[in-house]
Amino acid sequence: MFTDMIPLLTKALGETVYMVVVSMVIASIVGIPLGVLLHTTGKGQILESPGFNKCLGTIVNVIRSIPFIILMVAIIPLTRMIVGTAIGTSAAMVPLVIASIPFIGRQVETSLKEVPYGLIEAAQSMGATPFQIIWKVLLPESRASITAQLTTVIISLVGESAMAGAIGGGGLGDLAIRYGYQRFRPEVMVATVVILIILVQLVQLVGNTLAKKLDKK
Amino acid sequence: MIKLSHIEKTYDSPSGPVKALKGIDLEIARGEIYGIIGLSGAGKSTLVRCINMLERPTSGQVFVDGKELTKMSASELREARKDIGMIFQHFNLLSSATVYENIAFPLKLAGAAADEIEKKVQPLLKLVGLEAKAHQYPSQLSGGQKQRVGIARALASEPKVLLCDEATSALDPQTTKAILELIRDINRKLQLTVVVITHEMQVVKDICDKVAVIDKGVIAEQGSVIDIFTNPQQPITKEFISVLLSNDLPAAFRGSIVSQEPAPDAYLLVRLTFIGERADDPVIAGMIRNFPEVETTMLFGNLDQIRSTPFGRMIIGLTGPHERVQEALAYLQAKDLKEEVIGYVHRHDSTAH
Repeated sequence: MFTDMIPLLTKALGETVYMVVVSMVIASIVGIPLGVLLHTTGKGQILESPGFNKCLGTIVNVIRSIPFIILMVAIIPLTRMIVGTAIGTSAAMVPLVIASIPFIGRQVETSLKEVPYGLIEAAQSMGATPFQIIWKVLLPESRASITAQLTTVIISLVGESAMAGAIGGGGLGDLAIRYGYQRFRPEVMVATVVILIILVQLVQLVGNTLAKKLDKK
Repeated sequence: MIKLSHIEKTYDSPSGPVKALKGIDLEIARGEIYGIIGLSGAGKSTLVRCINMLERPTSGQVFVDGKELTKMSASELREARKDIGMIFQHFNLLSSATVYENIAFPLKLAGAAADEIEKKVQPLLKLVGLEAKAHQYPSQLSGGQKQRVGIARALASEPKVLLCDEATSALDPQTTKAILELIRDINRKLQLTVVVITHEMQVVKDICDKVAVIDKGVIAEQGSVIDIFTNPQQPITKEFISVLLSNDLPAAFRGSIVSQEPAPDAYLLVRLTFIGERADDPVIAGMIRNFPEVETTMLFGNLDQIRSTPFGRMIIGLTGPHERVQEALAYLQAKDLKEEVIGYVHRHDSTAH
Protein backbone atom coordinates (compact mmCIF):
# COMPACT_ATOMS: atom_id res chain seq x y z
CA MET A 1 0.00 0.00 0.00
CA PHE A 2 2.85 2.39 0.88
CA THR A 3 5.22 1.16 -1.77
CA ASP A 4 3.01 2.36 -4.62
CA MET A 5 3.15 5.82 -3.09
CA ILE A 6 6.93 6.23 -3.50
CA PRO A 7 7.07 6.56 -7.32
CA LEU A 8 3.97 8.79 -7.21
CA LEU A 9 5.53 11.06 -4.61
CA THR A 10 8.94 11.29 -6.32
CA LYS A 11 7.31 12.09 -9.65
CA ALA A 12 5.09 14.73 -8.05
CA LEU A 13 7.99 16.22 -6.13
CA GLY A 14 10.01 16.40 -9.35
CA GLU A 15 7.16 18.21 -11.09
CA THR A 16 6.77 20.69 -8.23
CA VAL A 17 10.49 21.45 -8.12
CA TYR A 18 10.56 21.80 -11.90
CA MET A 19 7.58 24.18 -11.93
CA VAL A 20 8.92 26.28 -9.07
CA VAL A 21 12.50 26.50 -10.35
CA VAL A 22 11.68 27.31 -13.96
CA SER A 23 8.90 29.76 -13.04
CA MET A 24 11.17 31.43 -10.51
CA VAL A 25 14.03 31.84 -12.98
CA ILE A 26 11.82 33.29 -15.72
CA ALA A 27 9.89 35.49 -13.30
CA SER A 28 13.14 36.80 -11.79
CA ILE A 29 14.56 37.71 -15.18
CA VAL A 30 11.58 40.00 -15.71
CA GLY A 31 10.70 40.78 -12.08
CA ILE A 32 14.09 42.04 -10.84
CA PRO A 33 14.42 44.64 -13.61
CA LEU A 34 10.77 45.53 -12.96
CA GLY A 35 11.62 46.13 -9.30
CA VAL A 36 14.59 48.27 -10.32
CA LEU A 37 12.33 50.33 -12.59
CA LEU A 38 9.66 50.67 -9.92
CA HIS A 39 12.26 52.02 -7.53
CA THR A 40 14.46 54.17 -9.77
CA THR A 41 11.61 55.93 -11.59
CA GLY A 42 10.06 56.89 -8.26
CA LYS A 43 10.05 60.38 -6.80
CA GLY A 44 13.51 61.78 -6.15
CA GLN A 45 15.26 58.73 -7.62
CA ILE A 46 17.87 58.57 -10.37
CA LEU A 47 15.48 57.91 -13.26
CA GLU A 48 12.57 59.88 -11.84
CA SER A 49 9.59 59.65 -14.17
CA PRO A 50 6.30 60.08 -12.30
CA GLY A 51 3.95 59.13 -15.18
CA PHE A 52 5.82 55.96 -16.07
CA ASN A 53 6.15 55.00 -12.42
CA LYS A 54 2.45 55.42 -11.78
CA CYS A 55 1.52 53.45 -14.88
CA LEU A 56 3.86 50.58 -13.95
CA GLY A 57 2.67 50.62 -10.37
CA THR A 58 -0.95 50.35 -11.44
CA ILE A 59 -0.30 47.37 -13.73
CA VAL A 60 1.57 45.63 -10.91
CA ASN A 61 -1.26 46.29 -8.47
CA VAL A 62 -3.91 45.03 -10.90
CA ILE A 63 -2.15 41.71 -11.49
CA ARG A 64 -1.40 41.33 -7.79
CA SER A 65 -5.03 41.84 -6.83
CA ILE A 66 -6.27 38.89 -8.91
CA PRO A 67 -6.43 35.69 -6.82
CA PHE A 68 -4.09 33.10 -8.29
CA ILE A 69 -6.79 30.52 -8.97
CA ILE A 70 -8.76 33.07 -11.00
CA LEU A 71 -5.68 34.37 -12.81
CA MET A 72 -4.84 30.81 -13.79
CA VAL A 73 -8.20 30.28 -15.46
CA ALA A 74 -8.52 33.79 -16.84
CA ILE A 75 -5.30 33.62 -18.82
CA ILE A 76 -5.93 30.20 -20.38
CA PRO A 77 -6.06 31.73 -23.90
CA LEU A 78 -2.67 33.35 -23.32
CA THR A 79 -1.27 30.11 -21.94
CA ARG A 80 -2.48 28.26 -25.01
CA MET A 81 -0.84 30.86 -27.21
CA ILE A 82 2.52 30.53 -25.42
CA VAL A 83 2.86 26.79 -24.79
CA GLY A 84 0.30 25.44 -27.25
CA THR A 85 -1.85 23.80 -24.58
CA ALA A 86 -3.71 24.83 -21.47
CA ILE A 87 -3.07 21.60 -19.57
CA GLY A 88 0.07 20.15 -18.06
CA THR A 89 3.14 21.22 -16.11
CA SER A 90 4.43 23.64 -18.75
CA ALA A 91 1.01 25.23 -19.08
CA ALA A 92 0.83 25.67 -15.31
CA MET A 93 4.06 27.64 -15.38
CA VAL A 94 2.59 30.50 -17.42
CA PRO A 95 0.24 31.75 -14.67
CA LEU A 96 2.92 31.00 -12.07
CA VAL A 97 5.36 33.28 -13.90
CA ILE A 98 2.77 35.99 -14.51
CA ALA A 99 1.69 36.02 -10.88
CA SER A 100 5.28 36.06 -9.63
CA ILE A 101 6.65 38.89 -11.81
CA PRO A 102 4.80 41.73 -10.04
CA PHE A 103 5.36 40.04 -6.68
CA ILE A 104 9.12 39.94 -7.28
CA GLY A 105 8.95 43.49 -8.61
CA ARG A 106 7.45 44.80 -5.39
CA GLN A 107 9.78 42.74 -3.19
CA VAL A 108 12.85 43.99 -5.05
CA GLU A 109 11.54 47.54 -4.90
CA THR A 110 11.25 47.22 -1.12
CA SER A 111 14.82 45.93 -0.89
CA LEU A 112 16.19 48.75 -3.03
CA LYS A 113 14.42 51.31 -0.87
CA GLU A 114 16.61 50.24 2.02
CA VAL A 115 19.76 51.47 0.26
CA PRO A 116 20.59 54.87 1.79
CA TYR A 117 20.32 57.72 -0.71
CA GLY A 118 23.73 58.94 0.45
CA LEU A 119 25.34 56.01 -1.37
CA ILE A 120 23.72 57.05 -4.63
CA GLU A 121 24.84 60.60 -4.03
CA ALA A 122 28.39 59.41 -3.37
CA ALA A 123 28.40 57.41 -6.61
CA GLN A 124 27.03 60.41 -8.51
CA SER A 125 29.76 62.58 -7.05
CA MET A 126 32.27 60.15 -8.55
CA GLY A 127 30.70 60.45 -11.98
CA ALA A 128 28.66 57.22 -12.04
CA THR A 129 26.02 56.78 -14.74
CA PRO A 130 22.49 55.73 -13.72
CA PHE A 131 23.22 52.26 -15.07
CA GLN A 132 26.40 52.02 -12.98
CA ILE A 133 24.47 53.17 -9.93
CA ILE A 134 21.94 50.38 -10.44
CA TRP A 135 24.50 47.73 -11.23
CA LYS A 136 27.30 48.67 -8.85
CA VAL A 137 25.49 50.33 -5.96
CA LEU A 138 21.79 49.47 -5.68
CA LEU A 139 21.88 45.77 -6.53
CA PRO A 140 25.09 44.81 -4.66
CA GLU A 141 24.04 46.82 -1.61
CA SER A 142 20.63 45.15 -1.43
CA ARG A 143 21.71 41.64 -2.45
CA ALA A 144 21.16 40.18 1.03
CA SER A 145 17.72 41.74 1.31
CA ILE A 146 16.77 40.70 -2.24
CA THR A 147 17.84 37.13 -1.44
CA ALA A 148 15.58 37.10 1.61
CA GLN A 149 12.69 38.56 -0.39
CA LEU A 150 13.12 36.08 -3.24
CA THR A 151 13.04 33.27 -0.69
CA THR A 152 9.57 34.43 0.26
CA VAL A 153 8.56 34.43 -3.42
CA ILE A 154 9.85 30.86 -3.89
CA ILE A 155 7.82 29.67 -0.91
CA SER A 156 4.66 31.28 -2.19
CA LEU A 157 5.40 29.69 -5.58
CA VAL A 158 5.46 26.27 -3.88
CA GLY A 159 1.96 27.01 -2.58
CA GLU A 160 0.69 28.35 -5.89
CA SER A 161 2.16 25.41 -7.79
CA ALA A 162 -0.04 23.16 -5.68
CA MET A 163 -3.08 25.05 -6.94
CA ALA A 164 -1.79 24.61 -10.48
CA GLY A 165 -2.73 20.96 -10.02
CA ALA A 166 -6.30 22.14 -10.64
CA ILE A 167 -5.53 22.61 -14.33
CA GLY A 168 -3.67 19.34 -14.64
CA GLY A 169 -0.31 20.81 -13.82
CA GLY A 170 0.83 17.85 -11.80
CA GLY A 171 3.03 18.19 -8.74
CA LEU A 172 2.48 17.53 -5.05
CA GLY A 173 -0.72 19.55 -4.74
CA ASP A 174 -2.27 17.70 -7.63
CA LEU A 175 -1.30 14.37 -6.06
CA ALA A 176 -2.78 15.34 -2.72
CA ILE A 177 -6.08 16.32 -4.31
CA ARG A 178 -6.45 13.33 -6.66
CA TYR A 179 -5.20 10.55 -4.37
CA GLY A 180 -5.55 11.98 -0.90
CA TYR A 181 -8.91 13.64 -1.36
CA GLN A 182 -10.74 12.14 -4.32
CA ARG A 183 -9.57 8.52 -3.75
CA PHE A 184 -9.83 8.69 0.05
CA ARG A 185 -6.18 7.92 0.76
CA PRO A 186 -5.34 10.14 3.73
CA GLU A 187 -1.82 8.68 3.96
CA VAL A 188 -1.03 10.24 0.56
CA MET A 189 -2.39 13.53 1.76
CA VAL A 190 -0.22 13.38 4.89
CA ALA A 191 2.85 12.34 2.90
CA THR A 192 2.50 15.26 0.46
CA VAL A 193 1.97 17.74 3.26
CA VAL A 194 5.08 16.42 5.06
CA ILE A 195 7.11 16.73 1.87
CA LEU A 196 5.82 20.28 1.31
CA ILE A 197 6.74 21.24 4.87
CA ILE A 198 10.26 19.85 4.44
CA LEU A 199 10.57 21.59 1.07
CA VAL A 200 9.55 24.97 2.47
CA GLN A 201 11.83 24.56 5.49
CA LEU A 202 14.70 23.73 3.19
CA VAL A 203 14.09 26.72 0.92
CA GLN A 204 13.85 29.03 3.93
CA LEU A 205 17.02 27.60 5.47
CA VAL A 206 19.02 27.99 2.27
CA GLY A 207 17.60 31.48 1.73
CA ASN A 208 18.43 32.61 5.25
CA THR A 209 21.94 31.19 5.13
CA LEU A 210 22.65 32.80 1.79
CA ALA A 211 21.22 36.15 2.86
CA LYS A 212 23.30 36.09 6.02
CA LYS A 213 26.42 35.29 4.09
CA LEU A 214 25.82 38.15 1.68
CA ASP A 215 25.04 40.64 4.41
CA LYS A 216 28.15 42.61 5.35
CA LYS A 217 26.30 45.33 7.24
CA MET B 1 39.62 77.31 -8.63
CA ILE B 2 35.96 77.49 -7.69
CA LYS B 3 33.73 80.38 -8.58
CA LEU B 4 30.07 80.60 -7.70
CA SER B 5 28.26 83.45 -9.26
CA HIS B 6 24.88 84.46 -7.99
CA ILE B 7 23.68 80.98 -7.09
CA GLU B 8 20.03 80.61 -6.24
CA LYS B 9 18.23 77.41 -5.34
CA THR B 10 14.51 77.10 -4.81
CA TYR B 11 12.79 73.91 -3.72
CA ASP B 12 9.17 73.08 -4.19
CA SER B 13 7.53 72.04 -0.98
CA PRO B 14 3.91 71.29 -0.13
CA SER B 15 3.68 74.72 1.47
CA GLY B 16 5.02 76.49 -1.61
CA PRO B 17 8.49 77.23 -2.97
CA VAL B 18 11.30 77.44 -0.42
CA LYS B 19 14.35 79.55 -1.21
CA ALA B 20 17.34 77.64 0.13
CA LEU B 21 19.98 79.84 -1.48
CA LYS B 22 19.33 83.47 -2.29
CA GLY B 23 22.18 84.63 -4.45
CA ILE B 24 25.55 83.30 -3.33
CA ASP B 25 28.77 84.73 -4.73
CA LEU B 26 31.93 82.96 -3.70
CA GLU B 27 35.45 82.58 -4.99
CA ILE B 28 37.88 79.98 -3.74
CA ALA B 29 41.52 80.07 -4.77
CA ARG B 30 43.64 77.05 -5.68
CA GLY B 31 45.16 75.27 -2.70
CA GLU B 32 42.96 77.04 -0.18
CA ILE B 33 41.00 75.40 2.61
CA TYR B 34 37.74 77.27 2.58
CA GLY B 35 35.22 76.88 5.37
CA ILE B 36 31.51 77.38 4.97
CA ILE B 37 29.83 77.57 8.34
CA GLY B 38 26.15 77.85 9.11
CA LEU B 39 23.41 76.53 11.34
CA SER B 40 21.40 73.56 10.14
CA GLY B 41 18.97 74.73 7.50
CA ALA B 42 21.16 77.69 6.55
CA GLY B 43 21.72 76.20 3.11
CA LYS B 44 25.34 75.13 3.46
CA SER B 45 24.77 71.51 2.39
CA THR B 46 22.76 72.70 -0.60
CA LEU B 47 25.56 75.10 -1.46
CA VAL B 48 28.27 72.44 -1.44
CA ARG B 49 26.06 70.18 -3.57
CA CYS B 50 25.78 72.98 -6.08
CA ILE B 51 29.57 72.96 -6.50
CA ASN B 52 29.51 69.43 -7.95
CA MET B 53 25.96 69.82 -9.24
CA LEU B 54 24.44 67.06 -7.12
CA GLU B 55 21.94 69.88 -6.73
CA ARG B 56 21.36 71.91 -9.85
CA PRO B 57 21.08 75.61 -8.95
CA THR B 58 17.83 77.26 -10.01
CA SER B 59 19.91 80.12 -11.38
CA GLY B 60 23.51 81.28 -11.34
CA GLN B 61 26.78 79.86 -12.59
CA VAL B 62 29.25 77.36 -11.15
CA PHE B 63 32.84 77.33 -12.39
CA VAL B 64 35.37 74.73 -11.29
CA ASP B 65 38.88 74.95 -12.69
CA GLY B 66 37.73 77.44 -15.30
CA LYS B 67 34.96 75.20 -16.66
CA GLU B 68 31.34 76.14 -16.29
CA LEU B 69 29.51 73.17 -14.77
CA THR B 70 26.10 74.81 -15.06
CA LYS B 71 26.36 74.67 -18.88
CA MET B 72 27.45 71.05 -19.17
CA SER B 73 25.50 68.08 -20.50
CA ALA B 74 24.95 65.10 -18.21
CA SER B 75 27.91 63.18 -19.62
CA GLU B 76 30.27 66.19 -19.57
CA LEU B 77 29.24 66.73 -15.98
CA ARG B 78 30.04 63.13 -15.04
CA GLU B 79 33.50 63.63 -16.50
CA ALA B 80 33.97 66.92 -14.65
CA ARG B 81 32.93 65.36 -11.35
CA LYS B 82 35.99 63.12 -11.45
CA ASP B 83 37.97 66.29 -10.65
CA ILE B 84 35.85 66.94 -7.58
CA GLY B 85 36.12 64.47 -4.70
CA MET B 86 33.54 64.52 -1.95
CA ILE B 87 33.34 63.14 1.57
CA PHE B 88 30.20 62.91 3.67
CA GLN B 89 29.02 63.11 7.25
CA HIS B 90 27.79 59.53 7.19
CA PHE B 91 30.70 58.33 5.05
CA ASN B 92 28.44 56.70 2.43
CA LEU B 93 30.64 53.67 1.93
CA LEU B 94 29.42 50.56 0.15
CA SER B 95 28.63 48.14 2.96
CA SER B 96 28.92 45.19 0.60
CA ALA B 97 32.45 46.08 -0.49
CA THR B 98 35.76 45.87 1.38
CA VAL B 99 37.91 48.87 2.22
CA TYR B 100 40.04 48.13 -0.84
CA GLU B 101 37.00 47.80 -3.10
CA ASN B 102 35.51 51.01 -1.75
CA ILE B 103 38.66 52.97 -2.52
CA ALA B 104 38.85 51.30 -5.93
CA PHE B 105 35.21 52.14 -6.67
CA PRO B 106 35.69 55.44 -8.56
CA LEU B 107 38.45 53.82 -10.62
CA LYS B 108 36.19 50.88 -11.46
CA LEU B 109 33.46 53.31 -12.50
CA ALA B 110 35.99 54.91 -14.84
CA GLY B 111 36.79 51.48 -16.27
CA ALA B 112 40.38 51.19 -14.99
CA ALA B 113 42.21 47.84 -15.27
CA ALA B 114 42.84 45.76 -12.13
CA ASP B 115 46.62 46.36 -12.09
CA GLU B 116 46.16 50.09 -12.56
CA ILE B 117 43.65 50.10 -9.69
CA GLU B 118 46.10 48.20 -7.49
CA LYS B 119 48.81 50.77 -8.26
CA LYS B 120 46.59 53.63 -7.16
CA VAL B 121 44.80 52.06 -4.21
CA GLN B 122 47.89 50.83 -2.34
CA PRO B 123 49.45 54.29 -1.87
CA LEU B 124 46.04 55.65 -0.83
CA LEU B 125 45.66 52.92 1.80
CA LYS B 126 49.07 53.96 3.10
CA LEU B 127 48.21 57.67 3.01
CA VAL B 128 45.18 57.17 5.24
CA GLY B 129 46.89 54.51 7.38
CA LEU B 130 44.55 51.61 6.64
CA GLU B 131 46.87 49.08 4.96
CA ALA B 132 46.03 46.50 7.62
CA LYS B 133 42.29 46.91 7.07
CA ALA B 134 42.27 46.60 3.27
CA HIS B 135 40.15 43.46 3.21
CA GLN B 136 37.73 44.28 5.99
CA TYR B 137 34.20 45.53 5.48
CA PRO B 138 33.10 49.01 6.61
CA SER B 139 30.95 47.52 9.39
CA GLN B 140 34.17 46.31 11.02
CA LEU B 141 35.65 49.81 11.16
CA SER B 142 35.34 52.70 13.60
CA GLY B 143 33.86 56.03 12.50
CA GLY B 144 37.26 57.61 12.04
CA GLN B 145 38.47 54.68 9.97
CA LYS B 146 35.34 54.86 7.81
CA GLN B 147 36.00 58.52 7.11
CA ARG B 148 39.59 57.65 6.20
CA VAL B 149 38.22 55.22 3.64
CA GLY B 150 35.91 58.01 2.42
CA ILE B 151 38.88 60.34 2.02
CA ALA B 152 40.97 57.74 0.20
CA ARG B 153 38.03 56.99 -2.10
CA ALA B 154 37.53 60.69 -2.83
CA LEU B 155 41.21 61.01 -3.73
CA ALA B 156 41.35 57.93 -5.98
CA SER B 157 40.41 59.82 -9.12
CA GLU B 158 43.11 62.43 -8.35
CA PRO B 159 40.70 65.33 -8.00
CA LYS B 160 41.65 68.99 -7.88
CA VAL B 161 38.96 69.84 -5.37
CA LEU B 162 37.81 68.04 -2.23
CA LEU B 163 34.36 68.84 -0.84
CA CYS B 164 33.82 67.91 2.81
CA ASP B 165 30.17 67.89 3.85
CA GLU B 166 30.11 67.86 7.67
CA ALA B 167 32.88 65.29 7.42
CA THR B 168 33.64 65.26 11.13
CA SER B 169 30.18 65.90 12.57
CA ALA B 170 29.59 62.23 13.35
CA LEU B 171 32.98 61.77 15.00
CA ASP B 172 34.23 62.27 18.55
CA PRO B 173 36.57 65.22 19.26
CA GLN B 174 39.79 63.20 19.13
CA THR B 175 38.90 61.48 15.88
CA THR B 176 37.76 64.82 14.48
CA LYS B 177 41.18 66.24 15.22
CA ALA B 178 42.94 63.36 13.50
CA ILE B 179 40.71 63.56 10.42
CA LEU B 180 41.17 67.33 10.17
CA GLU B 181 44.93 66.88 10.39
CA LEU B 182 44.75 64.32 7.62
CA ILE B 183 42.74 66.72 5.44
CA ARG B 184 45.24 69.50 6.05
CA ASP B 185 48.10 67.15 5.28
CA ILE B 186 46.52 66.15 2.01
CA ASN B 187 45.82 69.77 1.18
CA ARG B 188 49.53 70.56 1.57
CA LYS B 189 50.89 67.46 -0.10
CA LEU B 190 48.61 67.46 -3.12
CA GLN B 191 47.94 71.19 -3.41
CA LEU B 192 44.29 70.27 -3.23
CA THR B 193 41.60 72.92 -2.92
CA VAL B 194 39.35 71.96 -0.02
CA VAL B 195 35.85 73.17 0.82
CA VAL B 196 34.78 72.39 4.37
CA ILE B 197 31.12 72.54 5.32
CA THR B 198 30.54 72.60 9.05
CA HIS B 199 28.47 73.95 11.89
CA GLU B 200 31.42 73.95 14.28
CA MET B 201 33.68 76.98 14.54
CA GLN B 202 36.37 74.71 15.98
CA VAL B 203 36.72 73.00 12.61
CA VAL B 204 37.09 76.34 10.85
CA LYS B 205 39.63 77.48 13.40
CA ASP B 206 41.64 74.28 13.11
CA ILE B 207 42.10 74.00 9.37
CA CYS B 208 40.54 76.77 7.30
CA ASP B 209 42.33 79.67 5.65
CA LYS B 210 39.16 81.50 4.80
CA VAL B 211 35.57 81.22 5.88
CA ALA B 212 32.13 82.25 4.74
CA VAL B 213 29.33 82.44 7.28
CA ILE B 214 26.07 81.48 5.66
CA ASP B 215 22.73 82.35 7.20
CA LYS B 216 19.22 81.94 5.76
CA GLY B 217 20.54 81.32 2.26
CA VAL B 218 22.91 84.27 2.01
CA ILE B 219 26.53 84.82 2.94
CA ALA B 220 26.44 86.96 6.07
CA GLU B 221 30.16 87.50 6.23
CA GLN B 222 33.32 86.17 4.63
CA GLY B 223 37.04 86.70 4.96
CA SER B 224 40.22 85.22 6.36
CA VAL B 225 39.70 83.14 9.48
CA ILE B 226 41.90 85.40 11.59
CA ASP B 227 39.91 88.48 10.56
CA ILE B 228 36.60 86.82 11.23
CA PHE B 229 37.77 85.63 14.62
CA THR B 230 39.22 88.91 15.77
CA ASN B 231 36.77 91.26 14.20
CA PRO B 232 33.40 89.61 13.59
CA GLN B 233 30.80 92.01 12.21
CA GLN B 234 27.54 90.08 12.10
CA PRO B 235 25.62 88.79 15.12
CA ILE B 236 25.54 85.28 13.63
CA THR B 237 29.33 85.28 13.30
CA LYS B 238 29.74 86.51 16.86
CA GLU B 239 27.49 83.73 18.01
CA PHE B 240 29.57 81.06 16.27
CA ILE B 241 32.74 82.48 17.73
CA SER B 242 31.33 82.84 21.23
CA VAL B 243 31.07 79.05 21.41
CA LEU B 244 34.85 78.91 21.29
CA LEU B 245 35.70 82.17 22.96
CA SER B 246 33.76 82.62 26.12
CA ASN B 247 32.23 86.06 26.37
CA ASP B 248 30.92 85.47 29.87
CA LEU B 249 32.09 87.70 32.65
CA PRO B 250 34.63 86.22 35.05
CA ALA B 251 33.05 84.32 37.96
CA ALA B 252 33.54 87.10 40.51
CA PHE B 253 31.39 89.43 38.38
CA ARG B 254 28.90 87.09 36.78
CA GLY B 255 25.34 88.20 37.42
CA SER B 256 26.35 91.70 38.48
CA ILE B 257 24.79 94.70 36.80
CA VAL B 258 27.02 96.20 34.14
CA SER B 259 26.78 99.97 34.13
CA GLN B 260 28.31 102.41 31.71
CA GLU B 261 28.46 105.02 34.50
CA PRO B 262 31.49 105.06 36.80
CA ALA B 263 30.71 104.18 40.41
CA PRO B 264 32.91 104.08 43.50
CA ASP B 265 34.67 100.74 44.04
CA ALA B 266 33.47 99.48 40.66
CA TYR B 267 35.86 97.81 38.27
CA LEU B 268 36.07 99.01 34.72
CA LEU B 269 36.15 95.76 32.77
CA VAL B 270 38.00 95.82 29.44
CA ARG B 271 38.30 92.96 26.99
CA LEU B 272 41.57 93.00 25.06
CA THR B 273 42.37 91.04 21.92
CA PHE B 274 45.94 90.64 20.74
CA ILE B 275 46.69 89.42 17.24
CA GLY B 276 49.92 88.28 15.64
CA GLU B 277 53.19 89.67 17.04
CA ARG B 278 51.25 92.09 19.25
CA ALA B 279 50.29 89.09 21.33
CA ASP B 280 53.83 89.09 22.73
CA ASP B 281 54.06 92.82 23.51
CA PRO B 282 54.21 93.85 27.17
CA VAL B 283 51.26 96.25 26.86
CA ILE B 284 49.81 95.52 30.29
CA ALA B 285 53.18 95.86 32.01
CA GLY B 286 53.60 99.23 30.30
CA MET B 287 50.21 100.40 31.49
CA ILE B 288 50.88 99.34 35.08
CA ARG B 289 54.21 101.12 35.03
CA ASN B 290 52.69 104.32 33.63
CA PHE B 291 49.64 104.41 35.87
CA PRO B 292 50.69 103.18 39.31
CA GLU B 293 47.51 104.61 40.88
CA VAL B 294 45.36 102.33 38.80
CA GLU B 295 44.95 98.89 40.21
CA THR B 296 44.91 96.33 37.43
CA THR B 297 43.38 92.95 38.02
CA MET B 298 43.76 90.14 35.50
CA LEU B 299 40.43 88.36 35.34
CA PHE B 300 40.67 86.14 32.31
CA GLY B 301 43.45 85.32 29.90
CA ASN B 302 43.91 82.94 27.03
CA LEU B 303 46.52 82.61 24.31
CA ASP B 304 45.62 80.60 21.26
CA GLN B 305 46.70 80.15 17.68
CA ILE B 306 44.69 80.36 14.50
CA ARG B 307 46.72 78.49 11.90
CA SER B 308 50.13 80.01 12.76
CA THR B 309 48.96 83.37 14.04
CA PRO B 310 49.07 83.87 17.82
CA PHE B 311 45.80 85.15 19.13
CA GLY B 312 45.33 86.26 22.72
CA ARG B 313 42.27 87.33 24.68
CA MET B 314 42.18 88.91 28.10
CA ILE B 315 39.74 90.60 30.41
CA ILE B 316 41.19 93.08 32.91
CA GLY B 317 39.55 95.09 35.63
CA LEU B 318 40.74 98.60 36.40
CA THR B 319 40.01 100.47 39.66
CA GLY B 320 41.33 103.70 41.05
CA PRO B 321 40.74 107.41 40.62
CA HIS B 322 38.32 107.97 37.76
CA GLU B 323 40.62 110.22 35.68
CA ARG B 324 43.57 107.86 36.02
CA VAL B 325 41.45 104.93 34.93
CA GLN B 326 40.34 106.88 31.86
CA GLU B 327 43.97 107.73 31.08
CA ALA B 328 44.97 104.11 31.41
CA LEU B 329 42.16 103.19 29.04
CA ALA B 330 43.34 105.82 26.57
CA TYR B 331 46.85 104.36 26.83
CA LEU B 332 45.49 100.94 25.84
CA GLN B 333 43.45 102.42 23.02
CA ALA B 334 46.58 104.07 21.61
CA LYS B 335 48.24 100.65 21.32
CA ASP B 336 47.82 98.45 18.31
CA LEU B 337 45.37 96.00 19.78
CA LYS B 338 41.66 95.60 19.94
CA GLU B 339 39.92 96.61 23.12
CA GLU B 340 36.30 96.60 24.09
CA VAL B 341 35.00 98.34 27.19
CA ILE B 342 32.49 96.09 28.90
CA GLY B 343 31.50 98.60 31.63
CA TYR B 344 31.67 99.26 35.34
CA VAL B 345 30.87 96.29 37.53
CA HIS B 346 31.01 95.59 41.23
CA ARG B 347 32.59 92.44 42.52
CA HIS B 348 30.22 90.13 44.40
CA ASP B 349 32.53 90.12 47.44
CA SER B 350 33.04 93.92 47.46
CA THR B 351 29.34 94.72 47.27
CA ALA B 352 28.74 92.46 50.26
CA HIS B 353 30.01 94.96 52.80
